[in-house]
Amino acid sequence: MAKRRFSLPILVTAIMTAVIVGIVFAILGNIFWFGHAHLSWEFLSTAPREGMTAGGIFPAIFGTVALVLLMTVAVVPIGVVTAIYLSEYARETSPLTRAVRLAVSNLAGVPSIVFGLFGLGFFIQFMGAGIDRTFHLEFTFNQPCLLWAAMTLAVLNLPVVIVTTEEALKQVPEDYRHASLALGASKWQTIWRVILPQALPGILTGAILAVSRGAGEVAPIMFTGAAYYLPYLPHALSDQFMELGYHVYVMATQSPDVEATKPILYGTVFVLLAVTFLLNLSAIALRSVLRRRFAGT
Amino acid sequence: MVEEKAVPPSMVEATRLQEAAPRTIRMEARAVSVFYGKTEAIKKVSLEMEANKVTALIGPSGCGKSTFLRALNRMNDLIPTCQIQGRIFLDGRDIYDPDMDVVDLRRMIGMIFQKSNPFPKSVFENVAYGLRVNGMRDKGKIAEIVERSLKRAAIWEEVKDHLDRNALSFSGGQQQRLCIARALAIEPEVILMDEPASALDPISTAKIEELIFELKKKYTIVIVTHNMQQAARVSDYTGFFLLGDLVEFGVTHDLFTKPRDKRTEDYITGRFG
Repeated sequence: MAKRRFSLPILVTAIMTAVIVGIVFAILGNIFWFGHAHLSWEFLSTAPREGMTAGGIFPAIFGTVALVLLMTVAVVPIGVVTAIYLSEYARETSPLTRAVRLAVSNLAGVPSIVFGLFGLGFFIQFMGAGIDRTFHLEFTFNQPCLLWAAMTLAVLNLPVVIVTTEEALKQVPEDYRHASLALGASKWQTIWRVILPQALPGILTGAILAVSRGAGEVAPIMFTGAAYYLPYLPHALSDQFMELGYHVYVMATQSPDVEATKPILYGTVFVLLAVTFLLNLSAIALRSVLRRRFAGT
Repeated sequence: MVEEKAVPPSMVEATRLQEAAPRTIRMEARAVSVFYGKTEAIKKVSLEMEANKVTALIGPSGCGKSTFLRALNRMNDLIPTCQIQGRIFLDGRDIYDPDMDVVDLRRMIGMIFQKSNPFPKSVFENVAYGLRVNGMRDKGKIAEIVERSLKRAAIWEEVKDHLDRNALSFSGGQQQRLCIARALAIEPEVILMDEPASALDPISTAKIEELIFELKKKYTIVIVTHNMQQAARVSDYTGFFLLGDLVEFGVTHDLFTKPRDKRTEDYITGRFG
């Protein structure tokens, strides 16, 4: 057996890995330490009481899940269709294609707070007002609500979905396209029947990333729909909602009684992380089921 | 000179036929040139592909035979820099005519690729694919045609109990025969084969060659091969390509025993290529 020589690259890599893992554990540990005592079934299933110093955070959990699901329904179809266009139909040299790609990469670099302001100006004040006027509604969509917050997050996550979907589409071997076309299938039939199903695991990866970001971002939803305290659960798209991340922000910065709300704060953060992990895990599980189905034996 | 152990039936048949009945030409290429950008990959090639016969295209690597084959079912359309001049006819119809629907054309001219490419679906779904994309919905009919195609491709016995199994879990030779079944399902008139056995072991190769011999009773076959012995065994007519030129074309037996062009003779005797 060869003698293991001392390797500097391996040592450096090991130290870096330890540092990163250590930071993650430190954060999670800190949250768990201060938050776990407060976790209970009551905490997860009831509404807050007494100025956020007692009770639970169920409305915030409900709001977060509703928000993320709505965002996913909006962002995945648009993102996938755009990626299909860019990957399968667009000519790389055409000005339209270059404009779309430029737009996507710029969109990826915009700070979240700017999305929030965009959501306020475009969705709420422009589109919302327009909808209210057209349907003769009284101040329904012309205000922060679930619909616009979800749309704002959808716009924020569009680049992620587009890029990962395009990657997934490009991974599908040319052989399958050739085989399909040679059998007299049209380009669209080839995409729909062969390429998309094959790329589904990769597309789900994009959706997973979008879900993670969507559940965690606070800035885009601050002006577009999230509220600190609501006595009811949202039951329409035009309702406001409570949300875990926003809840944490307000509790940490504007709470009248910091010491009393501190355990609730940590408990909320813990739940936020748990909800994010759960959403991710279900998507990852779905993806691995699909992978096995298409991989052959 | 190609050593003849026993003269395969196709060659004898071809020689006899040439003297006898009038020939039906299924496909014809007339002064066809194919350009990749500025490079002329095929230089004014004219040849006829007779119905229910096997036409083989041979030549060293890079001589353009695959490019020519792909021009026959317009697969070259997928390459943006590819331009074609000259005309190609299927049963008298110009396949590059703007009125010709490429999708329809590819239904009539099937293609088997060098590397077998079954879809990552079940055996059944692979063979049914062509039927489904062309609009067939009747489940009974689809099942019937799938079975018939698998039988015609001489693979039914091996897969009949595994129709639901993923196609990729079969061996290379089986996958290639599956691709042939898939192509047969839509009843093409012409089958193009681009080095169909080059990635296979000798036994699978022999099975494919037997299959080609059976298939030509119903279909017109054009096969590209870099294996001269295969061309000699399997084909009725052979065309020798060199650097984009069609150097010689004729009855297989004649081309291999009495080549008219010195370049052909050099190639088949192994002096280059």
